[in-house]
Amino acid sequence: MQETSSVNAPLLDVQGLSVSFSTDRGRVKAIDDVSFKVAEGEILSIVGESGSGKSVTLMSLLGLNDPKTTFVDGAVSFRGRHLLEMPDRELRRLRGKEIGLISQDPMTALTPVYTIGWQIAEQIRAHENVSKSAALKRAVELLAAVGLPNPDEAKDRYPHQLSGGMRQRAVIAMALSCNPKLLVADEPTTALDVTVQAQVLDLLLRLRDDFGSAIILITHDMGVVAEVADRVHVMYAGRIVEKGAAEAIFERPMHPYSWGLMASIPPIDGPRLPRLPSIPGMPPSPEAIPPGCAFAPRCRFARAACAERPPQRREGDHTVLCVLDAKEREELRASVLGEAVAA
Amino acid sequence: MIDAANTAVSPLISARDLTKHFTVGKTMRPGSGRTVHAVEDVTLDVYRGETLGLVGESGSGKSTLGRCMTRLCDSTSGSLVFDGEDITRTGERGLLPVRRRMQMIFQDPSASLNPRRRVRDLVGDAVRVHGIRKGRAVEDWLRELMDIVGLRAEYLDRYPHEFSGGQRQRIGIARALAVEPELIVADEPVSALDVSVQAQIVNLFSELRERLNLTYVFIAHDLAVVRQVSTRVAVMYLGALVEIGETEDLYARPRHPYTEALLSAVPQARNRGRRSRIILEGEIPSPLNPPKGCKFSTRCPFAKERCHAERPELLPAGSGRSVACHYPLGSAAG
Amino acid sequence: MVFAILQRLAQMLFVLFGISALVFLIFFATPGSDPAARIAGRNAAQETVEAIRKDFGFDRPLPVQYAIMMEKLFVSRDLTSFVNRGLEVVPQVMRAAPITLSLVFGAAVLWVVGSIAVGVLAAMTRDTIIDKGLMILALIGVSMPVFWLGELLNLVSQSRFHDTFLFSWVPGLGYKPFFDGPWLWFKTLVIPWFTLAALYIGIYGRVLRANLVETYQEDYIRTARAKGLSPSRVMIRHALRMSLIPFVTMFGMDFGVLVGGAALLTEVVFGLNGVGRLTYQAMLNLDLPMILATVMYASFFVVVTNALVDILYVVIDPRVRGN
Repeated sequence: MQETSSVNAPLLDVQGLSVSFSTDRGRVKAIDDVSFKVAEGEILSIVGESGSGKSVTLMSLLGLNDPKTTFVDGAVSFRGRHLLEMPDRELRRLRGKEIGLISQDPMTALTPVYTIGWQIAEQIRAHENVSKSAALKRAVELLAAVGLPNPDEAKDRYPHQLSGGMRQRAVIAMALSCNPKLLVADEPTTALDVTVQAQVLDLLLRLRDDFGSAIILITHDMGVVAEVADRVHVMYAGRIVEKGAAEAIFERPMHPYSWGLMASIPPIDGPRLPRLPSIPGMPPSPEAIPPGCAFAPRCRFARAACAERPPQRREGDHTVLCVLDAKEREELRASVLGEAVAA
Repeated sequence: MIDAANTAVSPLISARDLTKHFTVGKTMRPGSGRTVHAVEDVTLDVYRGETLGLVGESGSGKSTLGRCMTRLCDSTSGSLVFDGEDITRTGERGLLPVRRRMQMIFQDPSASLNPRRRVRDLVGDAVRVHGIRKGRAVEDWLRELMDIVGLRAEYLDRYPHEFSGGQRQRIGIARALAVEPELIVADEPVSALDVSVQAQIVNLFSELRERLNLTYVFIAHDLAVVRQVSTRVAVMYLGALVEIGETEDLYARPRHPYTEALLSAVPQARNRGRRSRIILEGEIPSPLNPPKGCKFSTRCPFAKERCHAERPELLPAGSGRSVACHYPLGSAAG
Repeated sequence: MVFAILQRLAQMLFVLFGISALVFLIFFATPGSDPAARIAGRNAAQETVEAIRKDFGFDRPLPVQYAIMMEKLFVSRDLTSFVNRGLEVVPQVMRAAPITLSLVFGAAVLWVVGSIAVGVLAAMTRDTIIDKGLMILALIGVSMPVFWLGELLNLVSQSRFHDTFLFSWVPGLGYKPFFDGPWLWFKTLVIPWFTLAALYIGIYGRVLRANLVETYQEDYIRTARAKGLSPSRVMIRHALRMSLIPFVTMFGMDFGVLVGGAALLTEVVFGLNGVGRLTYQAMLNLDLPMILATVMYASFFVVVTNALVDILYVVIDPRVRGN
């Protein structure tokens, strides 16, 4: 299908990914039929709350879930190679070299007993046949590239001797060490202070331009998404409920859950609301996801049809899983976001 | 509700030059310990019925200040007055009646609830200790509390692990409310929660203030949430107050360069790409070794010589605002 | 670094002083009893008691008594047992110490290597038959009493099958000094080593497995895997390295206590006249000078191994180094 247009072929193509875990109460489906693509040099943001399955999705792409308890289905192709069918040995050669991971909490993401220079060099040497000193030299260059002051001295520091922001830079330097085509960032700024978060987001944008890596950014923070993403996927209870370009998602969000998410963030300027429009209830646990639209129990606009699997509606390449038709959607959106923005 | 005159004269709690130092790394070698200047010379009044938001980044000392204000830790110097009574050095026994009147709510609801006890006991203990209700009335009060925080009365017989994060925070709130306090110090009460649940709890805080006539000190790093709940906001940096003022005014016209940078750094979903962001260089200096002059001088884009030499005091700057800056933004000199 | 070590050594001396003073006070300054009579042992002649009183200065103030006692123990080393007719105490301890040290050192090597092997293998094959089998074996190791296992092995190797090719190499019971022939020393001690180590391999193997399984949940292990490292590298360089920190603490405690005399049962079963046995006999006879000497010896080793563990900590965990 994509052989004819290899130039436009996406870097990563995920089709019909499903993930289930075996638990004490039998198999639980955490991810249900998720499909998405990432183009070269693009920043795709997957937004969702805890338990929406956004991390699980990415971990199963990288083969980092426990294979004994996790069952993955679907097709994932990365630069034309099928990740899910790949033997572990081969996948390992890809991990860290072509796909880099930036994890959420820089405080715990580095092994405490080794210096950061050592840890970066370890990754370089796992993939390239270079000497220890050459790898360390590269580590210093990388630390400089991510903006660590005194990189030559910093390479001999242990993780606990660095602040959170500095550690996150070290983690990013490590993920970049083999010039990966794809960076997977799992809540990279959640554990950081706002001023440091701004620095790190800035760094990610700069790295995309300098290194040309595509980035998948997982986050729960709509603000962060708005700052950096090219395209946005909204995940709820193991499904992607809405996909589209960032402008489209922020200007004309289509799913009631996206409306709720946006409305429930208090504004930092303009008039204050007497109360925040919140989404009632809480996200379902993976064992209790309703068969139809998973959001229906919390949705103000739920109707009988929501008990069925919702249809996919589209406006250009902006798609949504929801029964609402275009006309009704406009009205209801105004009723939620209108009151939030213009009250 | 409260007459304006009363509000103006008598704060519910007021701190004068409150300072808290910790000593770290002390060994047998004399003079080996180093001093962490966690909170330095904070002077702050909290008036009845208001919500004072306390914002700052990690290491700013906002949590330590909250703990000192509720006497969960002892201050190194300065004084603390609760409703006209000096409680800076009051002993545990003498504090008991004061403790009832001020309660603290913590960030991680699961860590602050004993997993082996039912909600009934978690919430009910304080009611019995302080003799808030007696006999049959305890049960009625517990049921009422559950209703106040939006939980079903049946939940009284469950254990903390059976609840979600948002529900646990509601239990934490119920526990704090159980003794009918006047002041609640909430330390990052919503930061562990998902966005959609966070909005519910933020609303609950606002409702409760009106319904129960509460006064809050709301400590958080999330500026948007603080704006939503607070009547006044105090900004902390490296253990000191840098600016304090009426919420909307402060957010619209920050006068301390740090407040301005902090506000500009908040990523916003609305008006995407329309803001100019100030990216601060570097990081918060270590509280072990704070800068000599203005604490913000090492990162301030406008720092002048005087800022590195002389520490500015928190001075009134009109319309309820105070700023600790030699050259506040928006003034003729700056 | 050097300062930290010196400081630790100073602390060690201080602790030893504290222990010796405490032991001295308990034995010799308990009100209502005559220490001279106690040292002399049961049914001692009145002249002996008087001689002791004078010799140990029990008619003088307590600090002087303490100084005399320490002088006899450490400087002149002529503290004498009266129960055992004038036997000098310090040489006794010095004779017993190498035996106990040989026993415990060898067993420690076995149990460290064995438990790391068991723990790592079990953690890597978590929830499989191998893991479960190893854990059951470890549990058996923990639950077998030392005296029973030792006697069983003695029965098998010394009498039942001693004449078969399997155990004909096993020498008779009792200690053979290392310098008389290392090979014989080794052969004598192999079975005691194994006996003593079985319990610890079981305990340490189980604890290490649990630690490793817990460590595998950590973010840095996920990072290590995401770097594309091989599973064995992730296990050894990252997970095991971190799990060794609690392991070393446990080891320091157990090793010190065993060298201090807690290997008594093994010593008795295999006829090794080590410190444990010496202490035990001194207790039976109420041989006060001997008890004093062995308690000092035991506390010395406990304190020394603890200091070593602290120093080892600094080596394996940079977080304790401070800035």
